[in-house]
Amino acid sequence: MSQKVLLSSKEINIILHRLACQLLENHLDFSNTVIIGIQPRGIFLAERLTKILREEYKVKDIKLGFLDITFYRDDFRRGEKTLEANTTKIDFLVDDKNVVFVDDVLYTGRSIRAALTAIQSFGRPSDIELLTLIDRRFSRHLPIQPNYRGRQVDAINEEKVKVMWEENDGKDIVYLVSK
Amino acid sequence: MSELSVNHLLGIKYLNKKDIELIFETADHFKEVINRSIKKVPSLRDITIANIFFENSTRTKLSFELAEKRLSADVINFSASQSSVKKGETLIDTVNNILSMKVDMVVMRHPNPGAGIFLSKHVKASIINAGDGAHEHPTQALLDSYSIREKLGDVGGKNVVIVGDILHSRVALSNIFALKLQGANVKVCGPKTLIPKHIESLGVQVETNLKKALEWCDVANMLRVQNERMDISYFPTTREYTQQFGVNKQLLNSLDKQIVIMHPGPINRGVEITSDVADSNQSIILEQVENGVAIRMAVIYLLASKIK
Repeated sequence: MSQKVLLSSKEINIILHRLACQLLENHLDFSNTVIIGIQPRGIFLAERLTKILREEYKVKDIKLGFLDITFYRDDFRRGEKTLEANTTKIDFLVDDKNVVFVDDVLYTGRSIRAALTAIQSFGRPSDIELLTLIDRRFSRHLPIQPNYRGRQVDAINEEKVKVMWEENDGKDIVYLVSK
Repeated sequence: MSELSVNHLLGIKYLNKKDIELIFETADHFKEVINRSIKKVPSLRDITIANIFFENSTRTKLSFELAEKRLSADVINFSASQSSVKKGETLIDTVNNILSMKVDMVVMRHPNPGAGIFLSKHVKASIINAGDGAHEHPTQALLDSYSIREKLGDVGGKNVVIVGDILHSRVALSNIFALKLQGANVKVCGPKTLIPKHIESLGVQVETNLKKALEWCDVANMLRVQNERMDISYFPTTREYTQQFGVNKQLLNSLDKQIVIMHPGPINRGVEITSDVADSNQSIILEQVENGVAIRMAVIYLLASKIK
């Protein structure tokens, strides 16, 4: 197993600021926008972006929720392991809101498909956008593309993209792991 | 490992502590789901579940059915009273006929202890025991412990007394197993005639004085007197039973602490518990019912994910 660094901590920081600015450009004061981090790994990115928007770009009121997609996945009973759920925490309605899904890696698109179904339980958003730190090109199973992307990566199926966050894994770094 | 150690839920006796923790954690997520405006998830759309009830039930049957529907499973219901069982069909034949219609999971209540275990050895489906005679009622014990955990933060170290008809109660046995597994201290309290011999071997203490039991406990689980299972008289009159083992507001107020009152239902108001206690803020009887759906969703979800 070997791993190579795709993004260093400094690069991640620059990208996060760019993504925050892109969000700002489209949503301005976020009065009608909500950020939804996709569990389990999208929540760190979602928290980081909201922190930057709050502290550095002085967006006062920004709503952040976490969505767990376990019960909406299409691979229930297909794998060996039981799919373990995570916490969903959305304490606002998404009816007529602009929803931004935030996830760390976009790969097959199946998680986002599940998230699109799951969010319906919380209302009918006026539109949904997708932000992802890493976009794995040429690997989609479904017609799903990000609206905001940090870095596009060409990786073969045997390789894995590992995104690590300081608050959870000790440091900010993105690896490409090959078996 | 995030997987149950069993393929069927036949009784708490066959579970370990990790299984219970996994069921509770999963139930936490389902509790959040059933409090949304849209209470349904599509996880089990390819699973068919048969609810087979050879004995009457309202709460358990409704609770299982709701849990199954909220997981998007297909559900068929079967009551023995309106079926070919009356024509002399055996249990295995009945169930195998149902399974031929491509059913993946069976939820069964049966008057004979061990019916679920027997069935699990003879048919190809995941079995959930929804009560087998006076033996076990595992989902009830799970939801009871889950409700204690929700109310008091933890089950371990808590003092729980189970009051009433211990002899005929599957809820009592399953609760004893579940509570002991999680490290709670358990006493049983009731007329001597309704306490099985050698129950101490399960690690519980016997107390025949209700006041003393209540003074000791954090939680009192009040059981119903199961007249339908009594072939002889176990106590002189209902009135005498109520005087000695019924909980009323006066008795609760005489204690120097607020204890939690539970009841698995159906309540005989005025017998084991008075209305003012059942409806008081110390009672978590309706919370138990709400948690029942979340617990059953968790059990069904976890067992279904083991069906290959």
